Amino acid sequence: MTSTDAVTSVLTQIFRDAFDDDSIVLHRDMAAKDIEGWDSMAHVRLILAIERHFGVRLPSTKVAGLKNVGDMLDLISSCLPRQHS
Amino acid sequence: MGDAFLTGLGWLPRAPADFKARCQALAQSSAPGAELRALATHSLDALQLERLARSIRALRANDADLRPLANLKIGLLGNGTLDFIAPAVVSSAARHGLALECLRSEYDQVLQEALDPQSALHRAAPQAVVVALDYRALPLQVAVGDPGAAQAAVQAGLAQLEVLRDGLRRHSAVTVIFATLATPPESLVGSLDRLLAGTLRSIVLEVNRGISDLVAAHADHCLLFDVAALAEMVGTAEWFAPAQWNMAKLPFDDRFVPLFADHLARLLAALRGKSRRVLVLDLDNTLWGGVIGDDGLEGIRIGQGDAIGEAFLNIQRMALALRDRGIVLAVSSKNEDAVARRAFREHPEMLLRESHIAVFQANWQDKPSNISAVASALNLGLDTCVFLDDNPVERDLVRRTLPEVAVPELPEDPSLYPMALSAAGYFEAVALSAEDRQRAAFYEGNARRVALQAGVTDPDSYLRTLQMEITFQPFDAVGRTRIAQLIGKSNQFNLTTRRYTEAQVAEIERDPQAFTLQVRLTDTIGDNGMISVVICRHTAPDTWTIDTWLMSCRVLGRGVEQMVLREIGWHAERAGIRRLVGEYRPTERNMMVREHYEKLGFIQLSGSGEGPTEWEIRLPLATAAAPMSVKRLGFVDGAAADSR
Repeated sequence: MTSTDAVTSVLTQIFRDAFDDDSIVLHRDMAAKDIEGWDSMAHVRLILAIERHFGVRLPSTKVAGLKNVGDMLDLISSCLPRQHS
Repeated sequence: MGDAFLTGLGWLPRAPADFKARCQALAQSSAPGAELRALATHSLDALQLERLARSIRALRANDADLRPLANLKIGLLGNGTLDFIAPAVVSSAARHGLALECLRSEYDQVLQEALDPQSALHRAAPQAVVVALDYRALPLQVAVGDPGAAQAAVQAGLAQLEVLRDGLRRHSAVTVIFATLATPPESLVGSLDRLLAGTLRSIVLEVNRGISDLVAAHADHCLLFDVAALAEMVGTAEWFAPAQWNMAKLPFDDRFVPLFADHLARLLAALRGKSRRVLVLDLDNTLWGGVIGDDGLEGIRIGQGDAIGEAFLNIQRMALALRDRGIVLAVSSKNEDAVARRAFREHPEMLLRESHIAVFQANWQDKPSNISAVASALNLGLDTCVFLDDNPVERDLVRRTLPEVAVPELPEDPSLYPMALSAAGYFEAVALSAEDRQRAAFYEGNARRVALQAGVTDPDSYLRTLQMEITFQPFDAVGRTRIAQLIGKSNQFNLTTRRYTEAQVAEIERDPQAFTLQVRLTDTIGDNGMISVVICRHTAPDTWTIDTWLMSCRVLGRGVEQMVLREIGWHAERAGIRRLVGEYRPTERNMMVREHYEKLGFIQLSGSGEGPTEWEIRLPLATAAAPMSVKRLGFVDGAAADSR
């Protein structure tokens, strides 16, 4: 599994837990309008869960600019320590 | 250590793998109150707390009967976002015996909620309101070096809290719970911040003093929730999370939500009279280092001048301090009564004495039966008891058998036991009267011993949940050192107390006339290591005599003796043996195995009274269902493992 796949799979689980819906499948274009209940509090919940699960701190400046799942994936990957192959 | 233990509610056992499913199944439960409490009594994270809160909400919507949980309705007012905190408090309250309803203020609506008699809060008529503001909610103008302005800022902050109290109390007899303010970690001039009037640090300190005075002045309807102490305990630099405040007005770092919620829940439980009152203590490796039955009075570690001895001294010190504030102390230990009491009577370094212990249960029966006997002797409910024991199997058994009893998980290091017990907050009190302080003395019956009632436990069904695996091997070079150690030091469960050196053990290992066993045990809790040693000698053409049989007392009551006998019989039969002979040679320490052979179905051959006895049993042995799986390794006859 590439590291992008790993991030996607963890993020999927975070979404499923946050919205209590095991049928959620993420794609990069997915945004708040695509998931029922993705309001501002749910968004905060997602950010906190991401920080907890990945053990990262997402900079406020970057969090504010997130538009969709693709942005989230990129931001998480950029915050993770670089992996040596 | 401290941080992870506290933040992760380390005194609670981990949530079961099927936590989510059990939350969902609550709706169908016939006793949802008890199941709720059981589910809440794990180290739940924020998400799990929220999940449980959803189930509680659903139960409420269906008017479910949540007894034995006690109903309580509160309002939670705060200047930050409380969306994540309120559900966590509801779930944590179930852990402390409460069926809690929690109304929360919307962000920045504190004054309106408190002052408007038509607000949702007032209309709901809560029994208590928690005012959990932080320094950002109050008009605390920093005025460095200007004592007059500083004083004005403090007064303005306190005046606002008074306004809230008045508003809340105007229309109902509600209890108002004021949180103290956590001190933000940033400083202006450094250490001087504390001394200098008008710095944020000194203003917050003054406000907190004012809050304490306010609560003390209205002690009939006000309570203190010391958030400042909580934040200090985990570190204020960790507590405050500016990015989370800026993003969503979260008043403190979200990873402390479970800890904050538990602290508030235990205070609410104390308000509702649900605090614990009894501390039941194990002895060996809980109140002192070592096993008194094996190591002797001189061998246990307690007292100054030894790191381990000092660790246990601190545990005793804490127990004594609890007793002095009204917590009743009791003992439940697997020991000979006289041996255990000797430490309390004669050991010069012991702080705890028999006169401090209300009920003293040292015997070989299971602990749930003993704890039940303690509770009924004191005429107190099991839900007032806390049980402290280093042994995870005993803890697990008590939790499963007596779910009302609080049983803290303990860190590896006994130095940390006092911190763990204190972190669990079982003995939270909202006031301490002179009567409370005398309560322990009132209950003291000079360490009396009480009889057990039957039928508290169903040991067999519990044993199966442990998924034990027992491994039998003949003596070998790898096990030799440990075998010799056990032969050298086991005193209690030791039928003959014959001591052999490592060289002698090696000799026995090679002796074709000897049959030997080293026995190991693993279970769901962990690996118990080598727990039993047996040496049989071929003393007659059809006879093996059991020269040595010893076992660790930690695995007492697990059916290991029966399994060992079954194993000896199995090998003996294959060697053409028709009878086994066992001896009991009494010492001062091995009274507990006096009836060992009788219990296993042996017939007495000789001896009587206080002297040695001799026993025999004929082969083949009657077969019984085994409560564990069996593994055989290294036997020359190539015996393979059988399953059950």
